[in-house]
Amino acid sequence: MCTCIEKQQKLGLILSEYQNKSGGLIPVLQKAQGLYGYLSEDIMFKVADGLGVKPSVVYGVATFYTQFRFSPVGEHIIRACHGTACHVSGAENITRIMADKLGVEPGKTTADMKFTLDRVACLGCCSLAPVVMVDSDVYGRLDEARVEEILGNY
Amino acid sequence: MYMMEKVRIIVGLGSCGIAAGGKKVYERFKQEIDSRGLDVILEETGCRGMCYHEVLVDVVSPYGRGPYGHVTPEMVKEIVDTHVLDGYVVPEFLVPLEDRMSLYKQQRIVLRNCGEISPESIDEYISNNGYQALEKALKQMSPEEVIDEITRSGLRGRGGAGFPTGVKWGFASKSLGNEKYFICNADEGDPGAFMDRSILESDPHSVIEGMLIGSYAIGANHGYIYVRAEYPLAIQRLKIAIQQAKDRGFIGEHITGSDFGFELEIKEGAGAFVCGEETALISSIEGNRGMPRLRPPFPAICGLYGKPTNINNVETLANIPWIIMEGAKAYASFGTEKSKGTKVFALAGKIRRGGLVEVAMGMSLRDVIFDVGDGIAGGHEFKAVQLGGPSGGCIPASLLDTPVDYESINQTGAIMGSGGMVVMDETICMVDIARFFLNFTQNESCGKCTFCRIGTRRMLEILERIVAGNGDQNDIELLEELAQSIGKTSLCGLGQTAPNPVLTTLKYFRDEYESHIRDRRCLAKACKELISFAIIDEQCKGCGLCIKVCPAEAVTGEKKKLHVIDADKCVRCGQCVAKCKLGAIARVDRY
Ligand SMILES: Cc1cc2nc3c(=O)[nH]c(=O)nc-3n(C[C@H](O)[C@H](O)[C@H](O)COP(=O)(O)O)c2cc1C
Ligand code: FES
Repeated sequence: MCTCIEKQQKLGLILSEYQNKSGGLIPVLQKAQGLYGYLSEDIMFKVADGLGVKPSVVYGVATFYTQFRFSPVGEHIIRACHGTACHVSGAENITRIMADKLGVEPGKTTADMKFTLDRVACLGCCSLAPVVMVDSDVYGRLDEARVEEILGNY
Repeated sequence: MYMMEKVRIIVGLGSCGIAAGGKKVYERFKQEIDSRGLDVILEETGCRGMCYHEVLVDVVSPYGRGPYGHVTPEMVKEIVDTHVLDGYVVPEFLVPLEDRMSLYKQQRIVLRNCGEISPESIDEYISNNGYQALEKALKQMSPEEVIDEITRSGLRGRGGAGFPTGVKWGFASKSLGNEKYFICNADEGDPGAFMDRSILESDPHSVIEGMLIGSYAIGANHGYIYVRAEYPLAIQRLKIAIQQAKDRGFIGEHITGSDFGFELEIKEGAGAFVCGEETALISSIEGNRGMPRLRPPFPAICGLYGKPTNINNVETLANIPWIIMEGAKAYASFGTEKSKGTKVFALAGKIRRGGLVEVAMGMSLRDVIFDVGDGIAGGHEFKAVQLGGPSGGCIPASLLDTPVDYESINQTGAIMGSGGMVVMDETICMVDIARFFLNFTQNESCGKCTFCRIGTRRMLEILERIVAGNGDQNDIELLEELAQSIGKTSLCGLGQTAPNPVLTTLKYFRDEYESHIRDRRCLAKACKELISFAIIDEQCKGCGLCIKVCPAEAVTGEKKKLHVIDADKCVRCGQCVAKCKLGAIARVDRY
């Protein structure tokens, strides 16, 4: 539940921008998630209201795409690549090392809300496998030492 | 244009360059230049394709030119001291000659500007003949002539299916209606493929120009580029490029003084592999769940918002300006009878020169992997190459002489796909690879077709029990039966091709399946449940590296004494094997 007035105003602006545009639901959800970090039930109801569509439609679309999240996320999102090239280059171990160092299982967020660790399928830097992306920075050729160094950057 | 007398330092800052630490190298150059007040030009460029040498830095000076590879911030001072100030190249930092020469085995049409120009400068694009093809098309050619030229070039769609591009444009142009759309498919979802990302990051204007020419040809005035959300840098550079093209009058009304007008928008994907399929992509742009629908009607008749729509892949479009400038005949002079031109491949996995290459169609897989790609990394043996991602298959060593063209690759049971080539050595288990892909398709199935939704899940369960050593005698038969049914009863390409990774591995590596099931043995010694680790007494010097790296405290032993592994504690991650410099730890069969 959001209590912050400023964010609510911003959401209002986003909704009015897309109100009469076709195909606006996904960009609105993306922007709303950019604002709040995730999509709470409350936000999805507001989006439905603002765009004049049924809440079930909003929920249906939001749950179809893996980008959307329904619980709070950490300050930084780590996307550990498990694409083909990374899979054959030891991605499983890299994710394991990160999970151990952070004390959190893939798909979950650390207790201090600093990191969310996710598994994804290919970040498009396959020639530098294994690869992870932290927020929008990509890191390649990972081993244990480099994982430590990268986590230390944040 | 550049002033020739000034030294130029060009840092490769595609995603791969950045992933290897390119931004730090760039910053260090900037510091060195600023602190010494040097009068040199510091620039960035995209991907040159030599990802295995990232971070790449090109120093262009009157005294010589060096592409430097594996550049770290620590090397910057010496490059500035020696090359920029003293005028000598630093030989030990140079990319080896042999690797530089491998570029000449390629035929770069799509990648003509990649790594050559700054992706954020429309001027550099224009000075490399950019937007001239658009002018030529608008001023000298009718839409029909453009379509005819593309048809005669023999260009086929690079998104996977290989449909002739000119024919597709012909359908869309004949479709009635004054409102049409042109979509660029930049969803690149195949794991292990990164051609489209590199093109968009390194040369976004060529894709935009291709779209403009295509839109003129079919009569579309509105376009979308659908880019996957995992490619933030590509999106950023596209946004810059679109704004620049607008400012120069290449996008908007009356383009280059003609009657043709065009608006272009970026749509960011939200993470769904199936949205690469054209009807699902359209549904996603419309703001709905990205579910494919039955064709016909094809998008050329009834596409986005019910209007005639043409969809092309990024690489397909990047070819267009070249074909218009150089002519259909020049393009068709490359390639084979039915597959004309070139194809970009993303080489990854256990290959020495991992990166992007572009070769004429018809080159053999062997030449692509062993000549252009320089063979297998790490002193291992080639086992298979995976082509076509989750819709494709694993091609074994015995078929390495297969030429890369649509028909020949199809005959192997794999598909050309979008161009991802993941090379595998003998340490990779083929059953595990099949499991890996089924896990992927099972996750990404949109759920519309029952066989795709449930059938892939059943196949995955079977594969999971096989790799765990719990396979049943009937499992192979069951897999084959399911594969047949899923292929036949799925609506879209995702389900229709989902069984391919299983079918090709069954065809070429059946013995691996059988030994998993019958003997509970993984021939590649990769499947965790079927192996254990053992110290080879004669080799172990008791250095303690394995003790340090083991996350499970399974290795014990005093310094300089033989170490031992406690099989009960061991989690079989294999980190000790990777760490041991003496080769003193072996993977052995557990059963
Ligand atoms: C499951 C599935 C995923 C696809 N993903 C992509 C993709 O990521 N990029 C792409 O260009 N085409 C993809 N395609 C192919 C498109 O449907 C379409 O054929 C292609 O974009 C047409 O462009 P082209 O004729 O230039 O190849 C996919 C098809 C299927 C069935
Ligand atoms: S497989 Fe990991 S980046 Fe492509």
